[in-house]
Amino acid sequence: MGEVIVVTSGKGGVGKTTTTANVGTGLAMLDKKVVLIDTDIGLRNLDVVMGLENRIVYNLVDVIEGNCRIRNALIKDKRFPNLYLLPSAQTRDKDAVSPEQMKKLALELKEEFDYILMDCPAGIEQGFHNAIAGADRALVVTTPEVSAVRDADRIIGLLEANEMDETFLIVNRLRMDMVKRGDMMSSEDVMEILAVDLIGVVPDDENIVISTNQGEPLVGSDSLAGRAYMNIAKRLTGEEVPFLDLNERTSFFGKLFGRNKRY
Amino acid sequence: MGLADFFRRKGTSSIAKDRLKLVLVSDRAGCSPEVMEQIKNDIIAVISKYIEIDLEGLDIKIKQTESETHHGTVPALFANIPIKDMKSSKK
Repeated sequence: MGEVIVVTSGKGGVGKTTTTANVGTGLAMLDKKVVLIDTDIGLRNLDVVMGLENRIVYNLVDVIEGNCRIRNALIKDKRFPNLYLLPSAQTRDKDAVSPEQMKKLALELKEEFDYILMDCPAGIEQGFHNAIAGADRALVVTTPEVSAVRDADRIIGLLEANEMDETFLIVNRLRMDMVKRGDMMSSEDVMEILAVDLIGVVPDDENIVISTNQGEPLVGSDSLAGRAYMNIAKRLTGEEVPFLDLNERTSFFGKLFGRNKRY
Repeated sequence: MGLADFFRRKGTSSIAKDRLKLVLVSDRAGCSPEVMEQIKNDIIAVISKYIEIDLEGLDIKIKQTESETHHGTVPALFANIPIKDMKSSKK
């Protein structure tokens, strides 16, 4: 029996989709059978981040409305044998799906997959309730900024009210140089304010932009963010992984070497 | 900015943290600072009819407390109102 994990945040643009893509791909790399579901109906995004946008035939709403079978709508990621994507509908709106329908879909997918990751839309309306309906765990993504943390607090309150079993925090886009200067809240600061267990800290890393440009998840690469995402995937499977030392710098030669490797 | 200012400068992250803590109290209680101020003034007005209270030491706020009935926290009105004198005893 698989597990349904919703990736949510409240505020938009903090990295929900990037987190879903990377953590999901990380779990697939750990030999888990994974399906990623884009629940943001009308604003389809996870497909381009995963680089699977050209292979969409059916979508989430088609499955819910019975226009196709689940297996026909799932896009198999050729890079990883255990990874699938269920894309969102681009031309419909949030009301096309109900929380009960999502719960039913989640139950069906649990039979076949180890992990079902729901990429939640921003906001606290219908789309949010659809995404959390069938979830066993929630990953709340925030950045160390007042607006994102405030919205994360609201989301955590709503998850509690909806009796979510487990809620974990991911602090995304942390800049250690600014934390050291005292100009950015640390992951400890954010954790103290939100009072939720931390499952990962992802540093601000330009490699995320580069990998998203190419439609390839960064997880599994040697970059700091890539390693941070893999650690989150491992922690989700129950493995105990120490938190990364974000202070480490690539040496001059390391940089040269890294750059050569990319070409 | 002089050198002395540079060393005395407090990081803005602590400002962010303090502001967040304040705003989250009213967010969680579902009540704005203005409403809180009105509640406070009304409580003062009612109690002052009977008791002389120490306005300086007065502290009224909404806090998160552990719920007795179910898991998690619930907002609770917390009031610390020091009494200066009982008005009735003066008569």
